[in-house]
Amino acid sequence: MKNHVFRPLWVVIGLVVLILIIRPFYVPKDFGIHERGYMYGWYRKGNIEDWKKVSVKYQGKEYCKTCHQDKVTSIDRTPHAIIQCENCHGPAIEHPSEPPKLAIDRTRGQCLRCHAKLAYPSSDRANIRGIDPDKHNPDIECVMCHNPHNPNLEGLK
Amino acid sequence: MISRRDFLKNTAKVVAGVSIPLAAIEILSPARVHAIKADSSIRWAFLVDTYKCVGCGFCVKACKNENEIPYDANVTRTWVERYVLTKDGKLFADSPKGARDGFISTKIDLGMGNFQDVKKEDIKKAFFVPKLCNQCDNPPCVQVCPVGATYQAPDGVVMVDRTWCIGCGYCIMACPYGVRFFHPKYHTAEKCNFCYHRITKGLKTACVQACPFGARQIGNIKDPNDPIAKIITTERVGILKSEFGTKPQVFYIGLDEEVR
Repeated sequence: MKNHVFRPLWVVIGLVVLILIIRPFYVPKDFGIHERGYMYGWYRKGNIEDWKKVSVKYQGKEYCKTCHQDKVTSIDRTPHAIIQCENCHGPAIEHPSEPPKLAIDRTRGQCLRCHAKLAYPSSDRANIRGIDPDKHNPDIECVMCHNPHNPNLEGLK
Repeated sequence: MISRRDFLKNTAKVVAGVSIPLAAIEILSPARVHAIKADSSIRWAFLVDTYKCVGCGFCVKACKNENEIPYDANVTRTWVERYVLTKDGKLFADSPKGARDGFISTKIDLGMGNFQDVKKEDIKKAFFVPKLCNQCDNPPCVQVCPVGATYQAPDGVVMVDRTWCIGCGYCIMACPYGVRFFHPKYHTAEKCNFCYHRITKGLKTACVQACPFGARQIGNIKDPNDPIAKIITTERVGILKSEFGTKPQVFYIGLDEEVR
């Protein structure tokens, strides 16, 4: 049994045995077949808890309301009431502790997301009051004249 | 003639040799597999109303921030597509940066730096379609995973175990909807998981919360009193690529045949 065919074979068999010995220690105990059966439910159960632990960043308008009630009630009287505060002010995360100040997006692009006129039939986009970004004061920011918290044209600055 | 000593030696070798591959195999009785399968009282499903979508892209922005997908990398868990059909039968579709910054121009991105402006009077129909993982009931991405790193949770959400993924990319190839990609930081397969950390806390997903127009909604299809489940089960809704038999759980109102 001493030839060039068997020597590498012993090495391979040795590796297989080694892997089989390591496997029970390496594979987590909760790895196996779970509720969705063998085809879709073969996984490490602890990963579900890992995903649940991800931190929530967007806290929602109700969270903002706990401190900034005046702002929320005033904007609630305008058509912009449907927009979440955090869509422009950025995710609250742990605000006010972290971050203590939110970075507000005041760019022209932020307003144009809805207010660049796209006359698309069968989409509600056509019903939003909009402008042609190339013609309507292209060089200045929208917030120079318009107040996003009171977007009515009567409320122009 | 074989001696008793040789016979015993050879027998021991054969038994040892056969037991190695046998140790690698896990034998399951059908009864045991059946016993593991259990029905959950929750099955998350998603509803998209394409009439309401205006292509603002707030959903994409919120998703990328919420799920820590590098903001400037051209990958995203959810995106919005624009479809423009002209009166002479041409179809244009684009989704620049996954619509992270919305659609702010009539010019359609054809790729490679080319743009096509379609005049208002030439448009037959035009609309926006938000896309995300369909959390299929028969997820092909899970079937192909060789290591059990992607799986379906009991409530139907398909997730990726980042510690277990080897980055082979089979799942990215297998998904007919193209929702999977490599996470630029973790170098593992990445996909929408219905903001699992939010829905399990009773919150809405980041995209549902960020949508000002109610174009995106999420609910539990197994709860007959759930308002979203009611719409899905009683109204006319469509699914994407039904011919693949994947049984998607993202339902669309106002789906057009051009949408793939």
